[in-house]
Amino acid sequence: MKTKTSKTREKVMQGVFTACACISILAVALICIFLFANGVPTIFEIGPLNFLLGTTWKPGNDIYGILPMILGSLYVTAGAIIVGVPVGLLTAVYMSKFASPRVNRVLLPAVQLLAGIPSVVYGFFGMVVLVPAVQAMVKSDFFKDVLGVKGGKGMSLFTAAVLLGIMILPTIITVSKASLDAVPASYYEGSLALGATHERSVFFAVLPAAKSGVMSAVILGIGRAIGETMAVVMVAGNQTWMPQGLFKGLRTMTSNIVIEMGYAAGLHREALIATGVVLFVFILLINLCFSIVKGGSKNA
Amino acid sequence: MPEITAAKGEGSSMSKANAHMVFPSGNQNRKAARIQAAALRWLVRIAALLTAAVLLFLIGYILVMGIPNLKPSLFEWEYNSENVSLVPSLINTVLMTAFSLLIATPLGIFAAIWLVEYARRGNRLVRVVRITTETLQGIPSIVYGLFGMLFFVTQLHWGYSLIAGAFTLSIMVLPVIMRTTEEALMAVPDSYREGSFGLGAGKLRTVFTIVLPSAMPGILSGVILAIGRIVGETAALIYTASSVAKIPESVFSSTRTLAVHMYLLSNEGLHVDATYGTAVVLLVLVLGINCLSSFIAGRLAKK
Repeated sequence: MKTKTSKTREKVMQGVFTACACISILAVALICIFLFANGVPTIFEIGPLNFLLGTTWKPGNDIYGILPMILGSLYVTAGAIIVGVPVGLLTAVYMSKFASPRVNRVLLPAVQLLAGIPSVVYGFFGMVVLVPAVQAMVKSDFFKDVLGVKGGKGMSLFTAAVLLGIMILPTIITVSKASLDAVPASYYEGSLALGATHERSVFFAVLPAAKSGVMSAVILGIGRAIGETMAVVMVAGNQTWMPQGLFKGLRTMTSNIVIEMGYAAGLHREALIATGVVLFVFILLINLCFSIVKGGSKNA
Repeated sequence: MPEITAAKGEGSSMSKANAHMVFPSGNQNRKAARIQAAALRWLVRIAALLTAAVLLFLIGYILVMGIPNLKPSLFEWEYNSENVSLVPSLINTVLMTAFSLLIATPLGIFAAIWLVEYARRGNRLVRVVRITTETLQGIPSIVYGLFGMLFFVTQLHWGYSLIAGAFTLSIMVLPVIMRTTEEALMAVPDSYREGSFGLGAGKLRTVFTIVLPSAMPGILSGVILAIGRIVGETAALIYTASSVAKIPESVFSSTRTLAVHMYLLSNEGLHVDATYGTAVVLLVLVLGINCLSSFIAGRLAKK
């Protein structure tokens, strides 16, 4: 008797565990279904070309073109990568191959802290520190006379890129550091034995070997930067025009949703959801790239 | 975001570091090599210094500007547009965290138990579960927010509510809890399980009385990490839980968490002082939670 009840209990609980594991499948399926079911018909109602390649976003006149926002997202992300990857990668090299354990005992938690700061706080910091600083910079005589930048603003592509560059640092650092740490010591030792200096061995023997790990770090950074919302809304200016320059404001897809969803109705609201769908497709593509890079490194 | 994993065995590009790059041309370049070494050394030092400086400046700036603004009026029981008190939002944050964890923790732990203890290696379902979990990790919070609005708020007619926000967030932190629990379970030595089986315990009993307790610190650090994400989340909550700054009457009332409160305040731009004060509270809260998580994980690693 007893063994029988315990046997059914085992079976039931195994079923429960399996069901829980399937929750993540269910969640992804629901997210896809609800986003696509709500967004795709809208895209066709507006016309895929008008929607994706339209350069004007005027909900008041029922004109919904999100090309400015797509470009905005891409520019801001590219800027974040340009700012964040060199600093992050070099920091990872330092932590993995140069720093003493004592320095790392301070730096590692520092990087974790950087990862833990909420994006609103980043955004607020950008608003009260970076925006005025950039504003002062573009208003300076050097910018006006020497570089010929006129009418630049504090809330701009540049500001957003710098802030996002800071925000993706922890991702870049932890992933690249892990892949640098995983390079076999024999590479480094072999290079040393050939007479190369420590620095040269690290940069020309170890770093190239960690290439695919660095690639995944960059892809993860792209994913984080393109999906970031609150921090970008607070520093990018959010004008719906086509991006006009490094020191001009622009709007990303994420900010478009957050700013207008509050009061949107009807087709306007649908268009915002469709913006979310486009963003989601971008993210899925980035995830796909990530698994290809990761899978490639596993096979090698 | 797909989990950070150490890329192992990346040996394919070793040939790139061919001899002449590493070691140009003997003695006459010794000086050049020394200069290059010094340049590279300083390059990485400056980068690391920059990273540390950014962190110090950011936290220092918020603390220095914010702490003098922690006025008693910020901590009054009721919120109004005069005192912009953060207490109701703080309580809402605690409620939101509790509800989200109530949903996500059992699901995440059970799913991890299945992955580690029950599923066979190479099972197709395991692969699908892993892929979807990685996908969930990569989805930005605003997309979760949109989904929550379409599904929980509109489709299920829950309206802007605590419970809609909690469900949205629980999907968001599910991969975090699953990952850390999985790692913690895998770190439990097989001899524990074998010992338990040898004494005649069934699988279920082994899991609950032997494996789970030994994996507890790891699981705990994952749960605390999830708390940190919930407390700092804004984009997923604006259009699911919305922004009523009152202690909710029921789970179907709209609530404003601290991070959302912080966003709305800085967006209004009317109460800059209070915003600094709120930023300090939010920052200290989230960083404290994260430190606690890594402290527990660190103690685990020492053992």
